[in-house]
Amino acid sequence: MTQQLLLYPLLFQLFLSILLMFFWKKIETQKIISIVGGFIGVFLSALLFYKVWHYGTQTVQAANWEAPYGITFVADTLSATLVLLTAIAGMAVSFFSAASVIPARLRFGYFPIYHFLLLGLTGAFLTGDIFNLYVWFEIIIISSFVLITLGGEKAQIEGAVKYFTLNILASIIFLTAIAVLYGLAGSLNMADLAVLVPQLKNRHLVEVTAILFLVGFGIKSAVFPLYFWLPASYHTPPSAVAAIFGGLLTKVGVYALIRIFSLIFLDNEFLNDLLIVIAVLTLFSGAIGALVQKNVRKIFSYLIICHIGFMIGGLGMFTKVALAGMVFYLIHDIMVKTNLFMISGLIYRIKGTNNVKLLGDLYDKYPKLSLLMFIPLLSLIGVPPFSGFWPKVSLIIATLNEKNYVLLGAIILGSLLTLLVVAKLWSEVFWKKGEELPVRKHFLYFKQMDKARKFQFLAPIVMLAGVSLYIGFGAEHMQQLSNRIASELINNQQYIDAVMPQNN
Amino acid sequence: MEFLLAIITGLLYAAGLYMMLRRSMVKLIIGLIIISNGANLLIFLLGRITKGHPPIIPDGSKVFTEIYADPVPQALILTAIVISFGLQSFAIILIKRAYQAVKTDDLDEMNTIEEEIK
Amino acid sequence: MKTLILRTASNYLLPILLLFSIFILLRGHYLPGGGFVGGLIASIAFVLHAFANGLKDTKKLLKFHPGFLMPIGLAVSFLAGLLPVIGFDEPFMTGLWMHDTIPVLGALGTAMFFDIGVYIVVQGVTLTIIFTISESA
Repeated sequence: MTQQLLLYPLLFQLFLSILLMFFWKKIETQKIISIVGGFIGVFLSALLFYKVWHYGTQTVQAANWEAPYGITFVADTLSATLVLLTAIAGMAVSFFSAASVIPARLRFGYFPIYHFLLLGLTGAFLTGDIFNLYVWFEIIIISSFVLITLGGEKAQIEGAVKYFTLNILASIIFLTAIAVLYGLAGSLNMADLAVLVPQLKNRHLVEVTAILFLVGFGIKSAVFPLYFWLPASYHTPPSAVAAIFGGLLTKVGVYALIRIFSLIFLDNEFLNDLLIVIAVLTLFSGAIGALVQKNVRKIFSYLIICHIGFMIGGLGMFTKVALAGMVFYLIHDIMVKTNLFMISGLIYRIKGTNNVKLLGDLYDKYPKLSLLMFIPLLSLIGVPPFSGFWPKVSLIIATLNEKNYVLLGAIILGSLLTLLVVAKLWSEVFWKKGEELPVRKHFLYFKQMDKARKFQFLAPIVMLAGVSLYIGFGAEHMQQLSNRIASELINNQQYIDAVMPQNN
Repeated sequence: MEFLLAIITGLLYAAGLYMMLRRSMVKLIIGLIIISNGANLLIFLLGRITKGHPPIIPDGSKVFTEIYADPVPQALILTAIVISFGLQSFAIILIKRAYQAVKTDDLDEMNTIEEEIK
Repeated sequence: MKTLILRTASNYLLPILLLFSIFILLRGHYLPGGGFVGGLIASIAFVLHAFANGLKDTKKLLKFHPGFLMPIGLAVSFLAGLLPVIGFDEPFMTGLWMHDTIPVLGALGTAMFFDIGVYIVVQGVTLTIIFTISESA
């Protein structure tokens, strides 16, 4: 049974969502199942991570069909890490949803759909088949559509139309790319493609396919010219949903880009330059967008875009140091962004609004909570020794090694602008003397909650802040991890051998 | 046959994109449907077309004895169709709700979220 | 569309179509057919019934909300896929087959239970979608 350990995090999420569907009407039972399930999910993913760390890349050939023909599930260190992070973020958010999402939304199957989303994310990280990746992406976007529209408020629906259209368009472009790639290489298995694609004669068509993939995944991961759906929609759903979206949905696009460009489309000057240009522009546009926003969640949405730029830049350089920095940033970013959106939910519950102009006084009234919220904000900026600092060091060293001064400037400026945004946010929301807001009827303020609910509200934020602190202070472990992932990405032969041992 | 299919695929993509660029929500959905059909046809076309030889092993034999159509593109298309079936039904409900909420079919008028936040 | 002819016909067509859908489901074993197509045909049977007699009557006939079919079907498929993992330490969804064939069904395997699950899910999904759309129209 241990042979299939790789599939357990995946199968467990599927099991949870099926189980939750049987309790469709019983919200309280659903909350318990989801939280307990979250813990078990973390445990299973940690087991998988342990196994991959000690015994190397794990594979399972689904239905026992051998590698190039069937669907392979692969867990190398990158996949296992991301599955573990998904499980941790997922557990935190299901804790947070149980406390923060109103029952009117929970009644329409919030939790089953939420676990389908986690299923899709886990599947996307584990699959080794490009069409299967498409299917997991579809599972992710279908469940995210439901989560983003759940409740049906006007702003939500409007945001959802934009979100929906661009994500479907991205899927269709992805599908087109798969079609062309299949026509070219005649295989869908990523390891097999890694062997076949470099041998293809028709280089121009291969490049076109790479660009198609780049556009498809670029829309999903919200890079420079393709990000407009994100700030238009991410601030509309409940903060628990925004947390899981902000933390993981764009990152899955980044993950797909990493996989595609580290396995299939290698060593292409043009593509690498393109990625770096995109990264620079993404950094600028995200940071400047965040600077002018007046809504806490919109600020965070733009910061997501800004920080995608760091990762794309690392991918574009494609050296070991750069990749290590990128992977480290990815790990840090998932935790911090999930936490930030939960914090926006907390602020909303305390004050009844997310508008920066109306907010204020938080530090005066809730000094301890403010300190708690300060941790992820500091990690976000990358103040040493918090978690955002170390990956940026690697990225900057990589740009210096590569003599890529434009990207260097962009990374530094992006960090500075992030600092500016956060400083502005801090002074406006926490330090400014706020005005008395009219008390909202039918609205549960944070101070009106009972102890248990307050605990449910704060526990996930504390937990993720703790993880962020660990990433920052235990940077040595993270650096080891990212170095190992980076060397696995650069030397993709071991991935291929793990999937298709019969080739040797 | 291939030539014809290539032209049709191109036409479907073009028509789909054209429809998606309209301002009406209904046309947007129609555009999405058309373009996803185009993608399906593209998979079919690029998977090499073999006429009249379905990938079914005849009675009495264990392996294929003559050339057969590649079953993978067909499986891919079937999967893609099933997925787009779900997405399209979701889309239709969504635009209906959007129409009820915004009282307009015009995408350009769906900007209240930008304005409301002071 | 409550015409006498359609109503009478749909009463006879419903069982025939359901039977036909099961035939298609089992035929999927070796020949074109299978759970997805079978499920669609079965839901068409109910949709036809709803056309002729109105949504209320069809719901009365079904006795439960079609959405309830989704978790059941998913559970059946999931268990069919899980059986090789739990019982035989084979990868997920490996086809397990019985040695002896059964009349009418042919060789019995986990693939068939997976297909039955798909059949149920497709019915649940299609009927839920169509009922929701026609209710809100």
